[in-house]
Amino acid sequence: MSENLIEFNNISKFFGKVIALKDVTMKLKKGEIMCLLGDNGAGKSTLIKTLAGVHKPDEGEIVIEGKKTVFDSPKDALDMGIGTVYQDLALVPLMSVTRNFFMGREPLKGLPFLKTFDIEKANQIAAERMGQIGIDVRDPSQAVGTMSGGERQCLAISRAIYFGAKVLVLDEPTSALGVHQASMVLKYVVKAASQGLAVILITHNVHHAYPVGNSFTVLNRGKSLGTFNKKDISREELLGMMAGGEELDKLEVELEEMNRINN
Amino acid sequence: MSEKAKSISSKKTSGQDERLKEVSKLRLLLNRPELGAVGGAILVFIFFGIVAGDTGMFSAYGTLNFLDVSANLGIIAIAAAMLMIGGEFDLSIGSMIGFAGICIAIPAIYWGWPLWISIIFAFAMAVLVGYFNGILVVKTGLPSFIVTLAMLFILRGATLAITRLITGRTQVPGLRVLIENDPIAWMFATDTFKWLFTWLGSMNLIALRTDGTPLATGIPPSVIWFIAATLFATWILMKTRYGNWIFASGGDKNGATNVGVPVGRVKISLFIGTAVAATIFATIQVLDAGSADTMRGNLKELEAIAAAVVGGCLLTGGYGSAIGAAFGALIFGTVSMGIFYTDVDTDWFKVFLGAMMLIAVVFNNYIRKRVTESK
Repeated sequence: MSENLIEFNNISKFFGKVIALKDVTMKLKKGEIMCLLGDNGAGKSTLIKTLAGVHKPDEGEIVIEGKKTVFDSPKDALDMGIGTVYQDLALVPLMSVTRNFFMGREPLKGLPFLKTFDIEKANQIAAERMGQIGIDVRDPSQAVGTMSGGERQCLAISRAIYFGAKVLVLDEPTSALGVHQASMVLKYVVKAASQGLAVILITHNVHHAYPVGNSFTVLNRGKSLGTFNKKDISREELLGMMAGGEELDKLEVELEEMNRINN
Repeated sequence: MSEKAKSISSKKTSGQDERLKEVSKLRLLLNRPELGAVGGAILVFIFFGIVAGDTGMFSAYGTLNFLDVSANLGIIAIAAAMLMIGGEFDLSIGSMIGFAGICIAIPAIYWGWPLWISIIFAFAMAVLVGYFNGILVVKTGLPSFIVTLAMLFILRGATLAITRLITGRTQVPGLRVLIENDPIAWMFATDTFKWLFTWLGSMNLIALRTDGTPLATGIPPSVIWFIAATLFATWILMKTRYGNWIFASGGDKNGATNVGVPVGRVKISLFIGTAVAATIFATIQVLDAGSADTMRGNLKELEAIAAAVVGGCLLTGGYGSAIGAAFGALIFGTVSMGIFYTDVDTDWFKVFLGAMMLIAVVFNNYIRKRVTESK
């Protein structure tokens, strides 16, 4: 069992009377990309926040590298190597690539009581990191606002990796992106996984998830419908499960009904 | 850095340094937020050089005059700029100037405190006011515009009420005699480089009084404070971790919080900064005039914000520079003094200032868009 990098065992989370998550179980190995699929309100956000240490689960346990762990704060989760990239990316468009990359964790130099921000070192690291992703940062002091959505996403992911993430949690990394930009981000995610990171990719877009995922967990109304390996499930089956296939069928019937009445 | 991060970074891409060098010095310069203010200041100097070049405006005495006015405004404009970069406003700066003035004068004149203790007392009150402004904005989440507008009225009213209650008047004179031999007051009341001006006078390079002493006696303390404040603020913004936190707090509060920036503490410290700057302004003025006036500093908060905006600060935060604010203040000071040397009726002064401000802001806006938005 300990070969799993991270395990979520029977996690439940309640907000008052609302059952946000019930008995969700997920297991991830190094180098694995698990896609967490679900429609709006399925409990994705709650699950991310539980992973990131914002919420404490009411039931169940989190096991990291074989050790049972409790996150008391987002910082705890970060220290344990859970790097969460939220949808808003926590990037400031007006600030430079370097200043964003090191925001809140600036490298320092100089005398003990007169430490200054080592901007040269920061510039060098930021340019190097962006270069590895294949993003042409001619000048790391250029503002993040000048970058494309995909580039920003990659910058946020790259930052999480640089600061020691072992498990990357990506919240809808492709939702606001065009096809080209999305494929750029997904390529980078695959690359990160191939270097030994475990990736949890949260999305409602099966077309983005299916090509990159090794396994798929589908959430519906706070419950896991199970985890499936890629070879065991097709894209269509996933889509059906995620949207609540019955609901779509029902909708089709209702639409037909309406058409008949109108005619 | 974790092992994995290292392994990913091991594949170094070559040619990075060559690309870095491609960015020309000129382009970097064009991308700075203070460009508009520096250009504006140059234009203002050219303008007055042409229309008032032979009037004595640019004599030693005239120059120190407009530098003094600019410097006083600059001290509060720089603090206002830093707060604006941090995403907040302080409309209580002007009232704080009046309040700090009587915090010095009443204890010194009516309660018999030594002047230096009164000055320290005023700074302590400034820290309290700034902290109160800051904690109120951070804890309530209300716009700082509203919170500090309330403080504008409260402080000005309290200044007037307390002064009249204790002294029966709205002015507290009689401070000048206390300055001599005071261990602190010289920092706010002494002209520096007097020897230089005496020497220049003896060489007949600058204008003299009838008794042979130079008309301009030395660099006023405001100018020294102004230069020090500009350098200090620029160093903080560009070279320290705290500076990066200021930009982050103003640029995106939630994002900054998510990556561990203590946004609340940053903002509170910046509010303390504006109140302290207002107190420096007040101390210099009170010691120079020898009296405190309850109306001192009226509307200064708007001039400070205007100078910061001319200097390239964005009203919504996250962008700007201290050097820009310094040049913004220089434009204001130069125009307000320079207009006396021209044939233009001084009634037109504010029209000129307003137009200047509009041009600067439109220009700055264009620069910012060019630099920070995707093409």
